[in-house]
Amino acid sequence: MNSARSPHPTRLDPRVWQIATLSGLLVYGMTALAFEIRLPQAAVTLASALLMQWACTRLWRLPAFDPKSALISGLSLCLLLRTPSLSIAVAAAALAIASKFVLRWRGKHLFNPTNLAVVAGLTSGRAWVSPGQWGNVAFFGFLMACCGGIVVNRARRSDVTFAFLAAYALLLFARMAWLGQRAVVPLHQMENGAFLLFAFFMISDPRTTPDSRLGRVLFACLVALGGASVQFVLYRTNGLLWSLAACSLLTPLIDRWLPGPRYQWSAARSSDPTGRGMAHGTPIHAVAGRRVARALGFGRA
Amino acid sequence: MLVAASLALSASAAHSFCGFYVARGDARLYNHASQVVLARDGDRTVMTMMSDFSGDPKEFAVVIPVPVVLEKSQVHIGDSTIVAHLDAFSAPRLVEYFDPSPCRQPAVTKSLSEVSVRAGRMQMDGVSVNDPLFGVRIEARYTVGEYDILILSAKESGGLALWLTANGYRIPDAARPVLAAYIKQGMKFFVAKVNLKEQQKLGFQSLRPIAVAYESPKFMLPIRLGMANATGPQDLIVLALTRSGRVECVNYRTVKVATDQNVPEYVKDKFEPFYRAAFDQQVRKEGAVVFTEYAWDMGWCDPCASQPLSIQEQRELGAMWVDPAMAGSRPATSFVTRLHVRYDRAGFPEDLVFQETGDRTNWQARYVIHHPWQGDLECEGGAAYRAELRERRQHEAETLASLTGWNLHDIRSAMHVEDDWSRPVENMKWYQRLWGTSDAAGGR
Repeated sequence: MNSARSPHPTRLDPRVWQIATLSGLLVYGMTALAFEIRLPQAAVTLASALLMQWACTRLWRLPAFDPKSALISGLSLCLLLRTPSLSIAVAAAALAIASKFVLRWRGKHLFNPTNLAVVAGLTSGRAWVSPGQWGNVAFFGFLMACCGGIVVNRARRSDVTFAFLAAYALLLFARMAWLGQRAVVPLHQMENGAFLLFAFFMISDPRTTPDSRLGRVLFACLVALGGASVQFVLYRTNGLLWSLAACSLLTPLIDRWLPGPRYQWSAARSSDPTGRGMAHGTPIHAVAGRRVARALGFGRA
Repeated sequence: MLVAASLALSASAAHSFCGFYVARGDARLYNHASQVVLARDGDRTVMTMMSDFSGDPKEFAVVIPVPVVLEKSQVHIGDSTIVAHLDAFSAPRLVEYFDPSPCRQPAVTKSLSEVSVRAGRMQMDGVSVNDPLFGVRIEARYTVGEYDILILSAKESGGLALWLTANGYRIPDAARPVLAAYIKQGMKFFVAKVNLKEQQKLGFQSLRPIAVAYESPKFMLPIRLGMANATGPQDLIVLALTRSGRVECVNYRTVKVATDQNVPEYVKDKFEPFYRAAFDQQVRKEGAVVFTEYAWDMGWCDPCASQPLSIQEQRELGAMWVDPAMAGSRPATSFVTRLHVRYDRAGFPEDLVFQETGDRTNWQARYVIHHPWQGDLECEGGAAYRAELRERRQHEAETLASLTGWNLHDIRSAMHVEDDWSRPVENMKWYQRLWGTSDAAGGR
């Protein structure tokens, strides 16, 4: 069960900030940067995510429909996933949301929903991610960092972001030194909207990172190492996305080894005595667990 | 060196492309845009590099980092006419339309019958290069066609540089750290020079493109070596052939060039300078990006700047997925992407890395001119058509100025229009158009 509660019960849910930031980035990307996503696809993606969230809310008998997490997943998919197929866009959005309810381990969903959906899309061969679409405009990177910083600070999980940034920067600069490159090379690699988006909006997801600070730092370092390996050893693209998906499987082990207080999104839960007010609350796990157990023929869980 | 407008190897002089042009002695040659055809399927790559090298063949040499040691059978001498065909097929194009009579139907300003298409063959600004050099351990040595080829590997750049120097090559200091980085990443070096005896025996006057086939997850073009001895920005055109869809750059932004723009009629005779200026302008505006100029299914085209490549031509360029047995049946075979990048050391610190996407949307850089109706305008719709023409010309002139950065006043002069954007002939009476104004002038 969730045990940690926000120390600032009246504070605005950080997901509202996140939604505003992601929406702004999407509008900027679609207008100024000519992202390869059309309005109908964006609309279908968001609608699918919300619909799936609503359906799962009913199915898992949650007390209230909360669109915030679904909107975040939908917006992130619009920013990241490129596909000519509307059905792939729908499937990715549905998978992202469904994974939060189905792929759970001890009250936490295992994968960052967007990350899982993007990786599944890449695996399908009919979708791709365009990491170069953001360009390397320093100002833009700075802006994203600021906005993202606000989000993670409000979510009080900025440690994972900064640990990841430090670890990845260390790897890039070490590679630079080994290859005798100029400092502009690693800077170019990090002055990228896709990289910042990953650092501030994806790996920072407090619901899928380890519970303890030490665990999160370890997790961030593993993701950075995995991402760099995919990119610079295997010479494949989207290394960080693959790495995060793979490392997410280690989160239960890290939590077991380095336990810590479970995170809750906002103080809204404090007014919900059932503890089931939020889409990601632990009670979902209990309900889901019973359903899965029944489905598997184990009787009541 | 090879290089050039279409390809990518370079020779002597200098600059180079994905490679590195190497010159023997102090020869100084000038390259135009390098052109490379990349056929990619999974981890299989066929890279065809063409050069517009026009100097003395004995001065030609090229050094290109390659991911694996290439056996002789992995090197092939290509056909420059096929690369030229692909270049023409994918080049930015100018389309012209002729207005119908406004007296037969409501005035029309667009969607008129298309009459002709003209492909632009861009001549990129040349870039001079210094004389680079190489050297190291010889992994393989063979002659293919008119080229003597060495595959070199090295443990450190100093040894490579020494070897090159000892063999009569000179390598710029700036190239050494770049060589060192490639060596540490396990890259080998493909070095080609012209074998004059073989060339005479074969009877080819110009250098033919070199194609190399290899299997590697690295889907990239090494541009840093070429920058080491370049004196300014270099143009590179990448013609990618894939099985499934458009190719884009993953470590730089990929931007489509402006397209479907209506420009004044006189651009027809100045299409090359027009497109060069338009491209320059977009580079100034966008900075360090890779431009898409064409993305199309090879099975067809509309309008066609050139006919699609045949199955045999595609296979010659490395489209290994194309089945020759399908020749004559279903034409759809490959997806072609034309990328154009102007790179320099400051804006492009890393090599270009690409990925194939699932995007099969057909897209092209297309510029349009509309020719006004030249016949009778003495009808109800004539006046409205003239007014529309004036407005259209103004828009076309402003578009041209915006696209190219050219001065609007100069554009107006070139269009030969009056202050109100009309042509003098449009303001004549019918009898003046019938007999002209020369009689009146002569009577004075």
